Amino acid sequence: MELKGKKMFVLGERDGVQALAIAECLKAAGAEVVYMDTQCFV
Amino acid sequence: MDQLVQEELKKAAEKYGNEDLVVILGCPDPDSADIYAETVIAGDPTYAGPLAGVALRLPVYHILEDEIKEAIPRDVYQEHVGLMELSLDKEGICRVLREAREKY
Repeated sequence: MELKGKKMFVLGERDGVQALAIAECLKAAGAEVVYMDTQCFV
Repeated sequence: MDQLVQEELKKAAEKYGNEDLVVILGCPDPDSADIYAETVIAGDPTYAGPLAGVALRLPVYHILEDEIKEAIPRDVYQEHVGLMELSLDKEGICRVLREAREKY
């Protein structure tokens, strides 16, 4: 899937993959992160 | 998905449209992945938040899915996601997301 130029809405989770880690990956793929949040349900 | 995030997602969808906007999840198990995907595609199943009855029909993927992984430089992916790829139920999460994109 081509991610370059896409606007990414990132929903990470504390017990899964955190939003910051996802955002770093997506930015490296040329996508633009428009929102990110790490959910925590503890 | 909490109400604040639902509101932000609604705003982002209005601003960018569902051609360009993609939702990427990092949730830890298939059950939560299913609820997130349903909310993003068909609306809030609990009818509690701003997306109640609002079907945004946005593309939604998990960071562990190969479609996404393949687009990311291997070293960056390994550094940030590699460990969780080994410890989470990748197969279950990916199956649920594939089904959700067809079902909702």
